[in-house]
Amino acid sequence: MTNDISQGLNCPVPMNDYPTIVLAHGGGGKLTHQLIERVFKKHFSNPDLDLMHDGAMVSVDAGRIAMSTDSYVVSPIIFPGGNIGELAVNGTVNDIAMCGARPKYLSASFIIEEGLSMAELETIVASMALSAKKAGVSIVTGDTKVVPRGKADKVFITTSGVGMIPEGRLIHPSRIKAGDTIIISGTIGDHGMAVMSVREGLEFESEIRSDTCALNGLVEEMYRVSPDIHFLRDPTRGGVASTMNEIAASAHKGIRLFEKSIPANENVRSACEILGFDPLYVANEGKLIAIVSSSDAAKVLSAMKKHPAGTESAIIGVVTDDHPSVVVLQTAIGGERVVDMISGEQLPRIC
Amino acid sequence: MKYLDEFRDPIFAKSLSENIHKVTTRPWTIMEICGGQTHSIVKSGLENLLPSSLSIVHGPGCPVCVTPLEMIEKAILIARKPNVIFTSFGDMLRVPGSTSDLLTVKANGGDVRIVYSPLDAVTIAEKNPDKEVVFFAVGFETTAPANAMAVWQAHKKNLKNFSILCSHVLVPPAMEALLSSSTNRVQGFLAAGHVCTVMGYEEYIPLAKKYNVPIVVTGFEPTDILHGILMLVTQLEEGRCELENQYSRMVKKEGNIPAQQMIFNVFEISHRKWRGIGEIPKSGYSLKKEFIHFDAEEKFSLGIVSVEESPLCIAGNILRGLNKPFECSAFGNQCTPESPLGAPMVSSEGACAAYYNYKRQNVASSGSGMVNKKH
Repeated sequence: MTNDISQGLNCPVPMNDYPTIVLAHGGGGKLTHQLIERVFKKHFSNPDLDLMHDGAMVSVDAGRIAMSTDSYVVSPIIFPGGNIGELAVNGTVNDIAMCGARPKYLSASFIIEEGLSMAELETIVASMALSAKKAGVSIVTGDTKVVPRGKADKVFITTSGVGMIPEGRLIHPSRIKAGDTIIISGTIGDHGMAVMSVREGLEFESEIRSDTCALNGLVEEMYRVSPDIHFLRDPTRGGVASTMNEIAASAHKGIRLFEKSIPANENVRSACEILGFDPLYVANEGKLIAIVSSSDAAKVLSAMKKHPAGTESAIIGVVTDDHPSVVVLQTAIGGERVVDMISGEQLPRIC
Repeated sequence: MKYLDEFRDPIFAKSLSENIHKVTTRPWTIMEICGGQTHSIVKSGLENLLPSSLSIVHGPGCPVCVTPLEMIEKAILIARKPNVIFTSFGDMLRVPGSTSDLLTVKANGGDVRIVYSPLDAVTIAEKNPDKEVVFFAVGFETTAPANAMAVWQAHKKNLKNFSILCSHVLVPPAMEALLSSSTNRVQGFLAAGHVCTVMGYEEYIPLAKKYNVPIVVTGFEPTDILHGILMLVTQLEEGRCELENQYSRMVKKEGNIPAQQMIFNVFEISHRKWRGIGEIPKSGYSLKKEFIHFDAEEKFSLGIVSVEESPLCIAGNILRGLNKPFECSAFGNQCTPESPLGAPMVSSEGACAAYYNYKRQNVASSGSGMVNKKH
C-alpha cells in the first residue's frame, strides 16, 4: 500500500478532534481556525464578527462613549451560579453601565492553558454568548492564545467593551453631595463566598451561588425614573467597603453606612462568620451602588426593586460633609466604627 | 443567623449599656484576654456604648501576636526547604520574620498552603507520601485539642512525613504573669470564653483569690461582652473578687473532658517564650517524648535561631495592657497592616490592627459621636 504524498502524509489518528486544547490550537494554523469555527464563531456569530477581519468596524451614535477592559482569572473556572465566561461578559458590561452608558460591543481575548478540556471551553464560550445576548451586546472581535501547561490556570479571559452615553447623563465624583442617598441593588458577598465555598477544603451544607449578572437593564430602569443619578459603581473586588472608600476619597466626602440596612443572605453571613470574613469586604459580581439626591431616592429605589436584578435593593447610607474621605459604619448593635480599605487578602482567622 | 443575631440585638445591647452606666461610679481598668473579644469590641464599636470612666485594655490573647519571632523564623526556614509542604492557618502567613514572611516564601516558590483544620494537613501528608508536611501548630487551649488530634491521627496512621511546628501557649500563666508584675494596672478580667469551653474555669478560681481580682468568663458576641463587662463592674463596685461565668451556654466548670484528654495524650506542659513578654514558666504545650518524632524542630534539626525585634515596636507593652496602639510612635506610619513591624498589627485580632482598621481616624471629634478615648 502506498501513500499519495501529494495529499500530505496521513496519520492514522484523526488530528482534528482533540478532546483537550493543545498548543497547536494557538499556532495560527488549521487547528486555530478550526477552534475559532467550531467553538467561538459557533456561539458568538454576528455579522461584525463573521467578517473575521483583524478588527471590528462598527457604527456608533454621535456623542460620548464609555470604554472599559477587565481580565478574569477566577479559580475554579466553573463555580456555583456561574463560570468565568459569564463573569467576563457581565463584568465588562457592568463597568460600562456604571458610566451611565449603554454597552454595545465587546472584545474577548482568551489565554488558554494547554490541557483545558474542549467541553469546558465550550461551556464557557456558550455561557458568554448567552450572557451577551441577555445584556444586548455583541462580541465583535477576539483573540486566542494557548500557553504550555503550568503557564496559566486553565483559562484567562480579557474582555473590553464600548458603550454609548446618552445625552444628559453624567457620572462623576464631583456630583456627589452631602445629604445624597446611597442605595445598593441587593445582597452582598454572594460571589466571593460562592467561589470560596468550592475552593479546596471547604464544604458548606447549603450552596452559595454567585450573583453574576448584567446590570445595564437595571441602570436603564433607574435612569427612566431619574435622569439625575449622581454616581454608580459596582462593588466587585474588595466588596462594598473598598468601593465606598474609593468613592469617599475621590469625592472627598464622608460616607455613613447603616449596618442593619445592608442586605446579605443568611448562608453568606454564616459562611463569613465561620471563616472570620467580613461580608463588607467580599466581592460581588451582580450588584451596584447608586448615589442619588435624597429627593430622588424613593423613586429610584422603587424602580430598582421592580427590576429582576434589583429586587432586594435597599438604602444603606448617606453622604456627609463630616469626616471627608472616611467611611463610618453605624453598627447593628448601636456602636460606630471606621470602615477601612482592606490590606491584602482577607485571610481566615485562627480561632 | 440563628443563635447569633439574638446576641447582636441592639435593644438588649442598649439596656446592658444603660445598666453598665448605672453601676459604674468610679474609673476602672479591665482587660479582655482574648483577641476574638478585642476584634468583636472594636468591630461592633462597643467602646462608645461604655462610660468614659471604664478603660478597656486589650490582653495577650491573640495567638498570632504572641508567637515569638524565632518561631516565625523557624517556620520560614522550614517552608523554604525544597521537599516541604508547609501548612498553616491563614493569618500566620503575613506575620513578618526578621527579613521575610511565609507569603513571600510562597511567592518565591515555596509550597505554603492555608488549611482550615490541622486534620487537613494530615490528609495532605497522606496524599503526598514523598513530601514532608509540616503544620504550624499555634494557638491557645482552644486550638490545642484539634492540633493534638492531628498528631494523634498521624500516629494512628503511622505517617512518617507529618510533623508540627509547635508554639502552643496557655492563658492562666499569662494572666498570672500580668498580675504579678509591678506595673500591672488591670483590675478585672474578661476571661476567654472558648479557652474555658475546652479547659473549664477551675484554674481561674485560685487566681481570682490570690490576686484579689474579679474574673468573668465571657463570650464573643457584642451582648456577651457587654454582659461580661456589667458583671465585672458590678463585682468591682461591690468589692467582690470572684470567678463568674457569663458564657454559661458554652462553658462548664470542668470544661470539655474528652478534648482535654486528647490534649494530654499528645502534649505536656512546658516553658514558653511569648512575643513581647518573654519566657513565662509552664505557659505552653510541647509534644510528649513519645511523640517527639512529630516535632518539626527536631525533625529538621533547627537548633537555636536568634532574631532581633524592631526597636520601634512596643508590642510587649500593648500585650500587657500598658499602652494603647495610638501611643506607639510607629503606629500608622512605619507600622501598618501592609508593612507590620510587630505581630499585633498583622492579625485582625491583634490590638494594633483592630485599632488601625476600625478606629484610626478620630472621626468623632467632628461631632459624629465616635470617640477615641484616651484613658
